Amino acid sequence: MSQLQRTPLFPFYQKEGGPAARCIDFGGWELPVQFYGIGREHDAVRMKAGLFDVSHMGEFEVSGPQAESFVQQMTTNDVSRLAAGQAQYTLMCYPDGGVVDDLLVYKRSAEHFMLVVNASNIAKDFAWLNVRLPKGAELRDRSETTALLALQGPLSESILSRLADADLAALLPFHFLDGVEVCGKKALVSRTGYTGEDGFEIYCGAADAPHLWEQLLTAGEPDGLIPAGLGARDTLRFEARLPLYGQELSDTISPLEAGLGMFVKLDKGDFIGRDALAEQKTKGLKRKLVGIEMIDRGIPRAHYTVHANDRQIGEVTTGTQSPTLKRNLGLALLDIAHTGLHSEVWVDVRGKMLRAEVVSTPFYKRSKPADKGEKPG
Amino acid sequence: MSDIRDNRFYSEEHEWALPTEGQIIRIGITDYAQCQLGDIVFVELPEVGSSVTAGDSVGSIESVKTVSELYTPVSGTVVRVNDKLIDAPEAVNSDPYEDGWMLEVEVDGSVEEEIGKLLTPDRYRTVTD
Repeated sequence: MSQLQRTPLFPFYQKEGGPAARCIDFGGWELPVQFYGIGREHDAVRMKAGLFDVSHMGEFEVSGPQAESFVQQMTTNDVSRLAAGQAQYTLMCYPDGGVVDDLLVYKRSAEHFMLVVNASNIAKDFAWLNVRLPKGAELRDRSETTALLALQGPLSESILSRLADADLAALLPFHFLDGVEVCGKKALVSRTGYTGEDGFEIYCGAADAPHLWEQLLTAGEPDGLIPAGLGARDTLRFEARLPLYGQELSDTISPLEAGLGMFVKLDKGDFIGRDALAEQKTKGLKRKLVGIEMIDRGIPRAHYTVHANDRQIGEVTTGTQSPTLKRNLGLALLDIAHTGLHSEVWVDVRGKMLRAEVVSTPFYKRSKPADKGEKPG
Repeated sequence: MSDIRDNRFYSEEHEWALPTEGQIIRIGITDYAQCQLGDIVFVELPEVGSSVTAGDSVGSIESVKTVSELYTPVSGTVVRVNDKLIDAPEAVNSDPYEDGWMLEVEVDGSVEEEIGKLLTPDRYRTVTD
């Protein structure tokens, strides 16, 4: 048995007097699934603000004269469209179009990029990149020394502006500022997130994370800011239809099937997986990720099978009762013939076939469509 | 510390049983169980009239995150279920021992015999420690 990994904030989860964080094993990490309850934390992010410790995410640095062409070759989105100070959501694919991981690419300067990958994929991604590294590009794993806090929710800008020496109101979605001083600590602050709300992600040194965590929570308390766990992070991203690797994406699910075609730039030149994805697009998809809503009483859950005409047509990738909408919803990867809006399907809920229908996604979209900062993945 | 009521009997699976009148035993889940589950959003209960055996799964309790089975700690016939939980499953979180009760079973044998197989409050305390 290997020891669970912990983020620099773990001591806070044990602290007397603080909220009772309940930690779980999340892909080898001991992380809080909730502090006050998923529902309350979810609502705080939708209506006010929540603070997430996502330090388990991986950060790689790619630098050198060949850095950009290397990232371009490895990812599906077009990194040449980025100016310094911009980030983009993108994917790394296998030659057959399956997904290695979904990630954010930050362009810090012409020859310096940061790749932010899923915690469970750090070793796999690093190896995948490292064996393909050309001369003129260097790859470094900074995950151990980098912490990441995500401040999410409509009041995030007002809270963070009081603590940071930068004009955050002027920071556009998917843009970032390097070397911002937040509560006296240097950080990289980007207007990104994984909740469907406005918000910021704050990358800092691991040693500075406890100070920032405490200061942010104290400063935001009058605004209703509370710490939020992985449980709320999952329900929030689900309502906004942001995919989770291992559920909506995997080595056998392509970005096109997952509905992420806008992040696959087939016309940008060659990249790994391009031929397979181009062929998928030309021939037409056999299956597609859609939203479903239960008509019968029941909640769809990951891996429940979905049926129509007495045959299995796919399975649920994520499902829950939406805390915001109170509807029993799921994302499901289904045969293309059954993906039309309002198609009737049946979900096998622990042995009972319950009726559901295909509905439009995202399930939730925030009312001020300023489109500030969410990343689909 | 979770709330453990002294007038009830308990199962290892964190159900409580309370003899009410005659042959009837009321069943619910403990404060410890509701706390572990988190925000409960859905409760599925057995049909009235169905015959159940101690240890059977007779329904399910779903939180935002997980599904867990509801087991009956006693054998008999289901005579009543708490229909209010269909629209207000959160009562299981807020009041697991009163408003959040789940079902009533009319036992075939004696109430004492059924209850005798369960844990006393003190024994149950050692389970949740």
